[in-house]
Amino acid sequence: MGLFTIFIAAVVVNNFILYYFLGLCPFIGVSGRLKSAFGMGCSATFVMTLTGMVTWLVDHYILKAAGVDAFLTYVSFILVIASLVQLVEMYLHKAVPELYRALGIFLPLITTNCAVLGLALLASLRSYTLAQSTIFGFGAGVGFTMALLIMAGIREQLDFADVPPALRGISLTLITAGLLALAFMGFGGIMK
Amino acid sequence: MVEENHAPTCPQAHGGAGPSTPTGATPARAVLLDDFTKGLWREHPLLVPLGTCPTLAVTTTVVNGFAMGMATGFVLVSSCVVVSCVRKLIPREVRIAAFTMIIAAFVTLADLFLKANFYTISKALGPFVPLIVVNCIILGRQEAFASKNGPLRSAIDALGMGAGFMLLLLLLGGIREVLGSRSLLGYPVPGVGAWFPTWVVMILPPGAFITLGVIIGVAKQMMLRRQR
Repeated sequence: MGLFTIFIAAVVVNNFILYYFLGLCPFIGVSGRLKSAFGMGCSATFVMTLTGMVTWLVDHYILKAAGVDAFLTYVSFILVIASLVQLVEMYLHKAVPELYRALGIFLPLITTNCAVLGLALLASLRSYTLAQSTIFGFGAGVGFTMALLIMAGIREQLDFADVPPALRGISLTLITAGLLALAFMGFGGIMK
Repeated sequence: MVEENHAPTCPQAHGGAGPSTPTGATPARAVLLDDFTKGLWREHPLLVPLGTCPTLAVTTTVVNGFAMGMATGFVLVSSCVVVSCVRKLIPREVRIAAFTMIIAAFVTLADLFLKANFYTISKALGPFVPLIVVNCIILGRQEAFASKNGPLRSAIDALGMGAGFMLLLLLLGGIREVLGSRSLLGYPVPGVGAWFPTWVVMILPPGAFITLGVIIGVAKQMMLRRQR
């Protein structure tokens, strides 16, 4: 599959949030404000791109080479992701402290983001090459950020609406996400 | 791997620590019963929300929802018991990493078991069985409860949360399967015949989101009514 196709597919056609149901916890939790949504999305994209790359290396050179991919995949992938997030956190703390402070708690939240582990597993399942896996991670991150930003924009507008008490919060967010998913289904025609 | 002592990675996972018992004492039956029932309604994981990803993804049929509930329940209970048993030995700084390793080990067990014995269901659940590793419900319960209480209470708490999760999976799966494919557990539903145009959207992502949103809205309305 061409790199561009993989990228477009990950961003709009098979959007990680609206199609694969991956990354819903931050999607519901962090999409209240555009600013925090953008911060979360950017850091997630960065981690996802790196994850796509590093998990491919681990999968190819360690797991499959030693033949232990049947039972050590999940443990090693989650180790890689947790370490990557930790490294990114330490690097940002040293190099770009304002960004580190701005992101706050969102950075460690990425470790438990199912989108990150999900993309590693999907890339492994589809036997992508290193380039494909990295682009897939990048596209997944971009799609994740995009969905997050759209939802944040909508929710900021909804703050001014008169929502029934029972529907406030998660309920309305989920229904809005459903309508968003419906809209995104229109992209399905791009792929032949 | 050094981890700073930062806030837990699963947001809002601090509910329901419950009254703590003095070390060594067997908790009263009332306490245990509360530990179990709070996961069914009052502190249902999906009200936080935690665990939305698998809930929406696998509930296209009731059978898949049931399998996911069983797998998650197994991992939840076993890993919570293990965490509770070793809670005094894990340094605070690396607790999240340690919890995740324990969860990953049990998820591998569950995944291999499903692949060996229920291959079609394993295929249907797809990547969501390994994704139980990052299911916030499990990390949330370990962080909020199992790391602070004894094995028996942790097991009961996990059982309650797992049961609540399972009930929601079955409900959502039931609604989506009946409306989306005119069947329940693979069998045609009496009374819903060819006259009913299947709401295919129910099997697709939008239907999942909207149905869960409505269910949570209804549940919240019931809770608000009760409060008045």
